[in-house]
Amino acid sequence: MSLPVYLTPIERLGFYGYRLFCYAVLFFLIMPVLIIIPLSFNAEPYFSFTEGMLRLDSSAFSLRWYEDMVTNPQWINALKNSVIIATASTLLATTLGTMAALGLSRHNMPLRNAVMALLISPMIVPVIIAAAGMYFFYTDLGLAQTFTGVILAHAVLGIPFVVITVTATLAGFDHSLTRAAANLGAGPVYTFFHITMPLIRPGVISGGLFSFGTSFDEVVVVLFVSGVEQRTVPRQMWSGIREQISPTILAVATLLIVMSVLLLITLELLRRRNARMRGMRE
Amino acid sequence: MKYEAISAGALDESQTIGTPSTNNSLKMQLRRAERWNRTRAFLLVVPLLLFVGVTFIMPIMDMLHRSIHDPLIVDHLPKTVAALESWDRQQIPEDTTYAVLAQELVSLHKQRDLAKVAGRLNTEFSGMRSLLSKSARGLARLNAGAGLESAADTREAMIRIDARWSDIQPWAAIKNLNSRYTLSYYLAALDMHYDVSGDISAQPERRQIYKALLIKTFAMSALITVLCLLLGYPLAHLLATLPESRSNLLMIMVLLPFWTSLLVRTTSWIVLLQTEGVINDVLISIGLISERIRMVHNLFGTVIAMTHILLPFMVLPLYSVMKNISPSYMRAARSLGAKPAYAFIHIYLPQTLPGIGAGAILTFILSIGFYITPALVGGRSGQMISNFIAYHMQTSLNWGLAAALGGILLGMVLLLYFVYNRLIGINSLKVG
Repeated sequence: MSLPVYLTPIERLGFYGYRLFCYAVLFFLIMPVLIIIPLSFNAEPYFSFTEGMLRLDSSAFSLRWYEDMVTNPQWINALKNSVIIATASTLLATTLGTMAALGLSRHNMPLRNAVMALLISPMIVPVIIAAAGMYFFYTDLGLAQTFTGVILAHAVLGIPFVVITVTATLAGFDHSLTRAAANLGAGPVYTFFHITMPLIRPGVISGGLFSFGTSFDEVVVVLFVSGVEQRTVPRQMWSGIREQISPTILAVATLLIVMSVLLLITLELLRRRNARMRGMRE
Repeated sequence: MKYEAISAGALDESQTIGTPSTNNSLKMQLRRAERWNRTRAFLLVVPLLLFVGVTFIMPIMDMLHRSIHDPLIVDHLPKTVAALESWDRQQIPEDTTYAVLAQELVSLHKQRDLAKVAGRLNTEFSGMRSLLSKSARGLARLNAGAGLESAADTREAMIRIDARWSDIQPWAAIKNLNSRYTLSYYLAALDMHYDVSGDISAQPERRQIYKALLIKTFAMSALITVLCLLLGYPLAHLLATLPESRSNLLMIMVLLPFWTSLLVRTTSWIVLLQTEGVINDVLISIGLISERIRMVHNLFGTVIAMTHILLPFMVLPLYSVMKNISPSYMRAARSLGAKPAYAFIHIYLPQTLPGIGAGAILTFILSIGFYITPALVGGRSGQMISNFIAYHMQTSLNWGLAAALGGILLGMVLLLYFVYNRLIGINSLKVG
């Protein structure tokens, strides 16, 4: 956007001020995320840049915190638990969420808005309330301090993301395709796996990724529902931050940032693929 | 629907010539097919509804039940509660009531259940814990010795053990909890209680904390929402008006923090803001401050970190609304002689109101329930309502109060959710 020629000097100044402000806000947004990365290579156990780091002295940088992370059985175990819990809860959330989204996007779904509001509520209700409720209820059911309990809890927190993304994908879905399939003699299950699913797959996968990300970042429910056996990466970080914050946390944080970059790229690719598929149809 | 109407009309016509039975069955068949379709749609949703119901809704219902369900006193002091049924709270109860309570206290003491009961009564009137344990010990000793002959002896013995038994206050505390369902936790969460005469009144000044906490939570959320709006509005405008190739790049700078783990972002604010941290280093080296300032583990740090975390939730709805506003409106206003500020206030701003509403409600909802960031960077002054819920759940073990605070928070959030749904519609909720 180039500046229109008719602006007065004050308007020009205002325009540059506005630009500068926006870039400052962007800096505010991205700086805290990026600053962690160089700090995690600090050779000293400090959380600020040392003289040597500022001079780009290679001896001021080291991988010792990464080494500490991969050799510490607690972190390895936490990572294993996180992967198990996130994978299982994502599979559960994606299966149930996709089925429900198929029902919700039919024009004759009764009570659509009420059902939708209910299914989205895990995203709106503060996690502490859900966690407090689950603490009692899951204990009564014998699910507290078990993997099953944490997986169920994380699945329900991931469900809104799956429902939202898959219903959004289905909004652009051409229902005459399924009618055509039915007309040609395909059963509903066959139609789903061979006609519907290939077309909505990008939406389903993005929903699943959102759900995976939610579980991988969740700590409040884990604090209340899980036991020592189910310590996840965020739980381990939580106690690390609370008790004695060591630079190993920065190394873990850097890995999590890399993970979110990968997540972001995958989502963008899926979004483009979805847009292309719709373009093909229209 | 349209087809149904047409075929129904056709049926009406044919009724005059054809056989009524076939027509009816056709109509019924159609209706049955419609119903079957609707059932099928619903059946697809049922598994998830059941799942959400059991794993999410029922736990919350259970918590809400706990916020009003309080059977402890009725279950452990049943005879005393019954004896106090007809007590008028004017003067100390009859001697027989003393005897009944003495008996129940001693047996509770033997079963080691007294601590629970005394703890619960202590939250109603402080001092009850020490009074009850002292009395139970004393009475047990007396029973082991000579024993107490009559009810009047028991009364005198209890008053000898502790003079507070000649007061009506401890009796009122028991009578106030004479029902399995009570509002006392909600009253406590609003700095009120049932007083000696059984009426609702405010807690003494020095014991009032929760009203101030609620106000603080509200004020912090409002401040964070306003900050997000002030920072997010110009940014969303820039993103919406720049050419696609450049705005995509800048959008990544909004989305990357959005998708970065909450704990990571909180950690980086601790690292940045701490006394030995980067920001203090920078401020000192440019000579802006001479002494390191404390910016984390207080209200300031919490507001900064939460604004950073919630800013994308403001920018994204604003962006999607602004993206659909044609630039020609502003150009038309300018060409008709409006100054930039006038054109902005009268032309642009009203069109972005849906985005402002969506972003502001979302940010506010998310911030009043925030737990992690205040817990980690809040220190003493940055605590919010969620942190007190966690405190009563894990540390003080006053679960009823935790549940009541949770109920109040839930009520506020659901109200806002309802408003959001009415104004904007949940179907517009997008992720990413």
